[in-house]
Amino acid sequence: MNTDRRAFFKKFAAAAATLTVLPTAAEAREKKTARSDAVGMLYDTTKCIGCKACVVACKEANNMPADTDGYGHGLYDSPDSLNQYTKNIIQLYKDGDEQSYAKKQCMHCIDPACVGACMLGALQKGKFGVVSYDVSKCVGCRYCETVCPFNVPKFEWAKAAPKIVKCEFCKERLAEGKEPACTAVCPRKAVIFGKYTDLLDEAHKRLQKNPGKYVNKVYGEKELGGTQVLYLSHIDFEKIGFRFKQDESVPHLQQSVTHGVYKGFIGPVALYGLLGAVMFRNRGNSEKES
Amino acid sequence: MQTHAQPIGGPLFTRAYFVLLSIAAIGVALILWRFAVGLGASTGLSDGYPLGIWIALDVVTGTALACGGYAVALIVYIFNKGNYHPLIRPAILTSALGYTIAGASVAVDLGRPWNMWKIPTYFWNWNLNSSLLEVALCIMAYVFVLWIELSPAFMEKWSVDGPPVLQKWSKRLLPILNKMLIWIIALGMLLPTMHQSSLGSLMMLAGPKLHPLWLTGWLPLLFLMSCLAMGYAIVVFESVFSAKAFGRDPEVPMLINLQKIAAWGGLVFVIVRVADLAYSGNLHYAKTLDLYGTMFWIESVLWLLPLAMMLAFPRPNLGSLFRGAMVVALAGALYRFDTYLVAFQPGPGWHYFPSVPEMFITIGLVAIELAIYVAVVKRFPIIAGMTPAH
Repeated sequence: MNTDRRAFFKKFAAAAATLTVLPTAAEAREKKTARSDAVGMLYDTTKCIGCKACVVACKEANNMPADTDGYGHGLYDSPDSLNQYTKNIIQLYKDGDEQSYAKKQCMHCIDPACVGACMLGALQKGKFGVVSYDVSKCVGCRYCETVCPFNVPKFEWAKAAPKIVKCEFCKERLAEGKEPACTAVCPRKAVIFGKYTDLLDEAHKRLQKNPGKYVNKVYGEKELGGTQVLYLSHIDFEKIGFRFKQDESVPHLQQSVTHGVYKGFIGPVALYGLLGAVMFRNRGNSEKES
Repeated sequence: MQTHAQPIGGPLFTRAYFVLLSIAAIGVALILWRFAVGLGASTGLSDGYPLGIWIALDVVTGTALACGGYAVALIVYIFNKGNYHPLIRPAILTSALGYTIAGASVAVDLGRPWNMWKIPTYFWNWNLNSSLLEVALCIMAYVFVLWIELSPAFMEKWSVDGPPVLQKWSKRLLPILNKMLIWIIALGMLLPTMHQSSLGSLMMLAGPKLHPLWLTGWLPLLFLMSCLAMGYAIVVFESVFSAKAFGRDPEVPMLINLQKIAAWGGLVFVIVRVADLAYSGNLHYAKTLDLYGTMFWIESVLWLLPLAMMLAFPRPNLGSLFRGAMVVALAGALYRFDTYLVAFQPGPGWHYFPSVPEMFITIGLVAIELAIYVAVVKRFPIIAGMTPAH
């Protein structure tokens, strides 16, 4: 092998080694836990009668427009899922005799993917652990929508100045010491409001006191890093629309890798220095044409 | 013996050029319409698929195709192969245009583009965990750097043959620029390293919504490798094209070496990916020939094909180099496109296919890029190794 090729491979090997070492230096990112002031909701499918009072209450409290497309036939607000007009929805799972209602809204994750995604921090996890949205920082990139494992953030596709739409836990009501509109209106206390830790206890109590009534799990206790909206269900959580069972939060993998590579911004600065130094050493040669 | 870069000359407004301009004009008209009616009415995007071809194709694939400048800069300035220098300017021009058009695509895709200026300026709001922020800032900086890197080509012409104001400023700025060039070019290699790998880590955050055959902690490295391979392929492409279209000397020995890098790189890519899948216990997904397994196989075969072609036909010519480059570009493009669209699983009931206006806007933007490219190479000293036009 002539000296030219040897030099080439040496440099290449050095560069490659540097690059491959960096990701493995990825430190284990610390697992996030609920804030001390975290609030929550507990939804119990065995108590829900599908009256949708919560859907109406949410629309009123949040000044949402009616969604009269589809089932609404232009007259009634009748959304069939969360969308740009709907921050809270009751869906129905039915298969022969087996059925369940399922309330869907933002899960207010303890380690939210959307917060990890948002470039300018339009989505933030703040007081009471509520994941809130500030439209002034939003460029409408929809990255939050892409990464949410619960498909919660929705986009105003029909508007010229579109926003992201999602449940914000009625944070204005919380600030006034009130509970969210949906939990306040529920006639069967199928969805209740409280301190996150209290609700977790209550959920486990119900599981203990009623063996066989529920699937023996509180969905949201561990799943995807934990969510502040907790679910008890009499049927498989997958059937009521919860696809993912992993304990690891969504941002964990991505942030572990990027924190490792970009730690202290040392990597990029070092690489820049290396590139500049090599070029400086080579200067005068590179302009040569054969 | 290489001649210096010269304008290709010749008439600009040929019939073919008018066709290109018409396509570009349609694209511009559709873009205005998109802003008038909103994204819902103009695209096939939905809440299930909030990102479509403007991201997966224009930005993710387009910037990789625009990595020729990055790839050649590494060869010339780091690996010190000065004889590849004639390839730099056309590669940098393609990169500058490619990245600018990718930026334009983002501006068209954003729902609230009037807030875009806050991205580089509202640093107190920066979410340093966001790979998308890194991509945005890095690409904005890189576009700036690319045009500066290219500016000597413009200033060289304006120094001798331009309006007096431009002549004066070109003569003044050129020597200053030449002194600083090392640090600008080094930036021009740092920045794509960062944002091309960030384009990979961006989809890591899709987490369980990304199919296991694509979700991996090695996404940043795989995206970096795919962009370098595509960069080399584009340089080969471009050299062959310029040779045929403008009568330029194609420098076959150089192209053969570039093709070798891309071909062996393809093998390394597949090895890294398969090894990681085996290690994480996800390789079995490749056994099922559903959409995901099938696309994985197609990608892997495309990555290995250039090496197979190279070994099977050891006497390369312009044609085989062109074909090999096309396969490499296709392999990289498919891998990246799949990561952003095909491997993305939002859940049951969601489907995406771009609308006709959505596709025509992409085509129109590419037409704009090509039109500017042709105009610049005809009027400014970009392409080396040829006789001036009659």
